[in-house]
Amino acid sequence: MAHDHNNNEKVVYIGDSRVRKVQRTNIPQDYSAYPGKTEAFIPNFLLKEWMVGAVVLVGFMVLVMSHPSPLGYPADPTNTSFIPMPDWYFLFLYQFLKYGYVTQSLVMFGAVLVPGVAFGGLLLAPWLDRGKDRRWYKRPVASGIMLLTLVSMIYLTYIAWTHYEHELEKRGIEPEHIERARLIKEGQINAGATMVPEEKVPLVATDEEGYEILNNSTCLTCHGTEIEGSSFAPSLRGIGDKYTADEIHDIIVNGIRTMPAQLDDNLNKGLTEDDLRVLAEWLAKQKAPTE
Amino acid sequence: MMNKLYNWIDERLDITPLWRDVADHEVPEHVNPAHHFSAFVYCFGGLTFFLVMIQVLSGVFLTMYYVPDIINAYTSVDYLQYKVQFGDIVRGMHHWGASLVIVMMFLHTLRVFFTGAYKAPREMNWVVGVLIFAVILGLGFTGYLLPWDNKALFATKVGIEIASSVPFIGDLIKEFLQGGDIVGAQTLTRFFALHVFILPAALLGLLAVHFIMIRRQGISGPL
Repeated sequence: MAHDHNNNEKVVYIGDSRVRKVQRTNIPQDYSAYPGKTEAFIPNFLLKEWMVGAVVLVGFMVLVMSHPSPLGYPADPTNTSFIPMPDWYFLFLYQFLKYGYVTQSLVMFGAVLVPGVAFGGLLLAPWLDRGKDRRWYKRPVASGIMLLTLVSMIYLTYIAWTHYEHELEKRGIEPEHIERARLIKEGQINAGATMVPEEKVPLVATDEEGYEILNNSTCLTCHGTEIEGSSFAPSLRGIGDKYTADEIHDIIVNGIRTMPAQLDDNLNKGLTEDDLRVLAEWLAKQKAPTE
Repeated sequence: MMNKLYNWIDERLDITPLWRDVADHEVPEHVNPAHHFSAFVYCFGGLTFFLVMIQVLSGVFLTMYYVPDIINAYTSVDYLQYKVQFGDIVRGMHHWGASLVIVMMFLHTLRVFFTGAYKAPREMNWVVGVLIFAVILGLGFTGYLLPWDNKALFATKVGIEIASSVPFIGDLIKEFLQGGDIVGAQTLTRFFALHVFILPAALLGLLAVHFIMIRRQGISGPL
C-alpha cells in the first residue's frame, strides 16, 4: 500500500482530516472509556456478525425446506363450519377477547382499554421508568410489569391453542391446509393446475340425456362447469376409468372423503332419483381415449 | 483499475467520509459475542433487520406471480406453491420469515427493555422502535389475508370485527380496512396496497431513523 511505489493507490488514513469536524450536541460515547477490546465495525465486527447471520440463515432454510407453507381451500364466506384462527402472534389478544366478561359487559375494557394501556405503556416506557438504574433487578416495578405481561401473553396463547386443538378433535376436523396437502400427495387434487390447463380428457356421449342432467346437477359447483376439476375437487373427466356406475351413484348419494352427500341438493334442484342413476351411468362412460 | 475509478469519483464527490463513518465506528467489547458469549442477546436487532431484508426480497419475487383479486389470488398462490420452480421455497421464506421477524423483534425489544437501554438519552429511539413493532404487526395482519384461503378470510373478519369495537372511530376503521360492507374484493386490494406499498415504505423510513439515531448516540454502555 503506502510502501509500494504505485501512486494509483490513494492512502486513506483512519481519522482522515477530510472527515468534516461537525459540532455535535450529542457526542456518542467514546468506547475507549470502557476498558476492553473494542473493534472497528467494518470489517472486523461485521464479519463476526455475519457468521451469526449465516447460522441463522441455515436454520431458517432448513425450516423452510422441511415445512412447506400452508394453503387451505379458497375463501368461501358461506362456510359456517370453519374455526377462525388468527396468526399465532395475535392469539393472546384473541383469547383475551373471548372471555365473556371482557367482551359482553365491558367491550371498552377488553378491546380498547387493556390493549391501549399496554401499547401506550410500552411506547412511553422511558418516561414511566425514569430512574437512573438500568439493571432490571434494580427497577422492580418496570421489570415486574413486563414479566407479568409476558407470562400472561404466553399463558393466553397456550390456552387459545389448546382450545383450538381440542375443538378440532371434538368436531373431528382435519385443518384444511393439512388435508389439502395430504390429498395433493395422494393425487386426489391436482394442485396448481388451475393456471396451467393440462390436456383435458375429452367428454364423450355429449348428445345423451346424462349430459343434460349433468348440466343441471350440483356437480358443476365444485368440479367446474366442464367437470375439469378445481383446486379443491378432482376432475371428473375420465372418471369411468376409476369407478363403475354403481360406485359413482353411491358417491353422489353418500359423498366421499371431503365431498358431502349430494342427494338432497340435487333433488332440490329438480332432479329425480332416476336422473341421478342415468347421470351415474353417463359418468361411468367417461373414459380416457385409448391410444 | 477499481482504485483509479474510486479515486476519480472520490476526488469529485468526496465519498470517503460517507462510508468511513460507518466502517470505522468502534464496536465495544460488551456487545461482541466473540468476547462474551452472553452478548449474543445484542444480535437480535441486527438479525431482525436481516430477516426484514429477506422479507423484502422474497416479497418482491412473490409479487411477480401473485394477483391481488379475489378470483385469481388463491389460484396464483396455488400455482406459485406447486408449479413455479422454487416457488414453494420463496413463499416458504416469506411465510416463515414473517413469524421469525416477530420473534426476533420481540427478543430485541425484551433485550432493550431489560438492559434499560431505552433510558435517557435514547428515549426517542425506543419510541421509534415501538412504532416499528406496530408497523410489523400491521404487515403480519395484512399479509395474512393475501393467500385468500378460508383461514385468511375468517381471521381477517375477526380482526376487523375487533378493530370496529373501538369507540367513536371503530366504524371508520372498519370502513377504511374493509372498503365496503363485507370482507371481499375491496378488502383484498386494500390489504395488498397496505402490505406492499404503504407499510413497507413506513417501515423503511422508520428503520432509517432508528439506525441514524443509534449511530448518533452509540450503543448504550455496559451494565
